[in-house]
Amino acid sequence: MADIRNYTLNFGPQHPAAHGVLRMVLELDGEVVKRADPHIGLLHRATEKLAEHKTFLQAMPYMDRLDYVSMMCNEHAYVMATEKLLGIEVPIRAQYIRVMFDEITRILNHLLWLGAHGLDIGAMTIFLYTFREREDLMDIYEAVSGARLHAAYYRPGGVYRDLPDSMPLYETAKMTVHNAKQVDGMNANRHGSMLDFIEDFTNRFPGCVDEYETLLTDNRIWKQRTVGIGVITPERALALGLTGPMLRGSGLAWDLRKKQPYEVYDRVDFDIPVGVNGDCYDRYLVRMEEMRQSNRIIKQCVDWLRVNPGPVITDNHKVAPPAREGMKQNMEELIHHFKLFTEGMHVPEGECYAAVEHPKGEFGIYMVSDGANKPYRLKIRAPGFSHMSAMDEMARGHMIADVVALMGTFDIVFGEIDR
Amino acid sequence: MKLETLKQNLQGVLADKVVRFSEHANQLAIEISPEHWLEVARTLRDHPELHFEQLTDLCGVDYSTYGDGRWQGPRFCAVTHLLSVRNNCRLRVKVFVSDDDFPVVDSVSEIWPGANWFEREAFDLFGIIFTGHPDLRRILSDYGFIGHPFRKDFPLIGNVEMRYDPEQRRVIYQPVSIDPRELTPRIVREENYGG
Repeated sequence: MADIRNYTLNFGPQHPAAHGVLRMVLELDGEVVKRADPHIGLLHRATEKLAEHKTFLQAMPYMDRLDYVSMMCNEHAYVMATEKLLGIEVPIRAQYIRVMFDEITRILNHLLWLGAHGLDIGAMTIFLYTFREREDLMDIYEAVSGARLHAAYYRPGGVYRDLPDSMPLYETAKMTVHNAKQVDGMNANRHGSMLDFIEDFTNRFPGCVDEYETLLTDNRIWKQRTVGIGVITPERALALGLTGPMLRGSGLAWDLRKKQPYEVYDRVDFDIPVGVNGDCYDRYLVRMEEMRQSNRIIKQCVDWLRVNPGPVITDNHKVAPPAREGMKQNMEELIHHFKLFTEGMHVPEGECYAAVEHPKGEFGIYMVSDGANKPYRLKIRAPGFSHMSAMDEMARGHMIADVVALMGTFDIVFGEIDR
Repeated sequence: MKLETLKQNLQGVLADKVVRFSEHANQLAIEISPEHWLEVARTLRDHPELHFEQLTDLCGVDYSTYGDGRWQGPRFCAVTHLLSVRNNCRLRVKVFVSDDDFPVVDSVSEIWPGANWFEREAFDLFGIIFTGHPDLRRILSDYGFIGHPFRKDFPLIGNVEMRYDPEQRRVIYQPVSIDPRELTPRIVREENYGG
């Protein structure tokens, strides 16, 4: 009888379920994974090295390109690190705006995760549903920053500008498939300010989550694919460096927004959902509940922002540019503007680590400054990197098809893992 | 846990093994010499007053051009960020590697399995060798890559570029054809510049 040897399979680098460019060498015994060796780095752009050659402000938009489905949360960690080193205060209105956009980003991220995770393990419809809501959130991104994806909206000292008073409308002339009546319907909730549009979204959104849940939560196939897959104990999850929903799915109520609150998270009311079994299904439930909680936070922020006008960026002109108007009339402000955008700001010597509760886990920036106008060293602590490193341990003993479910549950985006 | 309490606990438990305490931006950092690192790491994880059960981050730093040449100490440093979920506190541990030409430091992937890939990354990008690491391979750079790209003496544009060669009908590497450019010069101002 011929001896049976293990079979080695290349998963990726181009595989629709690999969420980007991942090459994974799987050692199989039949259909059972004996060893998984992920080869990452195919999207490595050396963001950290590039940032060492750019001023503090120029390096900021690179953050959008890390985890390109939760852009503003990446920016948040970066500006927080810079602010800590500079020792500056952020205006309270900017803090509320940041919290609101962090939560909008969390919903954006979880919607993409839900759609892609569903698509990976055989649920087609959910993808179309989630992208419908993502579109509204993308419009909010665009209205506030001018870009749907790479916003560059958070700046050291605050945010780039205040929320706009109006939402852009669909124009009948530019529509090819919709008639005037349909376009009016699409514009129905866009006639007020941006806050009105967001509030309208928050009123609608819980119903949308209910709708997603009818598709999946009690779905027999969905449960067969996720229950009991990738089980991890809380102790092991901590040792492996897992954070965010990966940790909470195992029953550990650890959330930086509650435990080490930043900005105004200690002033808003929300709950931390936790799982019980630590499998893919529990992590799915945790993320679904997180979307509802994010919605609650957004609502509270909208209410606060409506009644509390104020500055949205610091008036320290060594850090943030002066207003356009002042710049045209005042020599000193003109010089400030010129110096800030040519030489850039000088951050005092020192080092710090700033972490935010990113939709995927703990996203941290370790920044070392030697007093120059550029960071001396920037280290990005990406949650996905740690999650991916746990792949070998979690995939062992599972079938090939479960590797895809695991990838979905890790919420992998290669922009941040490869950096 | 308060920073002050943490500092006292560390002083009590680690005593003379800590080379230096430093506090900046409300964060505590300690410096450990490389020969004590493995032992200290185990204490940091297991001691009930410290209990750092998670290694959040580990990275290399190359100090060779720090402050435009005012740096005197060793060139490479392995910086670890630890998190204690039980005590809700963080700690930064810096281990300066004594030999600049052949930087070697003990691996802590036995103590925190999450350190495995972070150490591979620091090896790949800075050439710091972690003894006792189970699988010290390159992780982010290309297969067959030469050099350690995040060292300060490695050019930003790299040394080689890749293209498809129609004659050989395969992808080949050749020396880079672009010139380095720096749009904004790096400036370290003297103290109290501009008042």
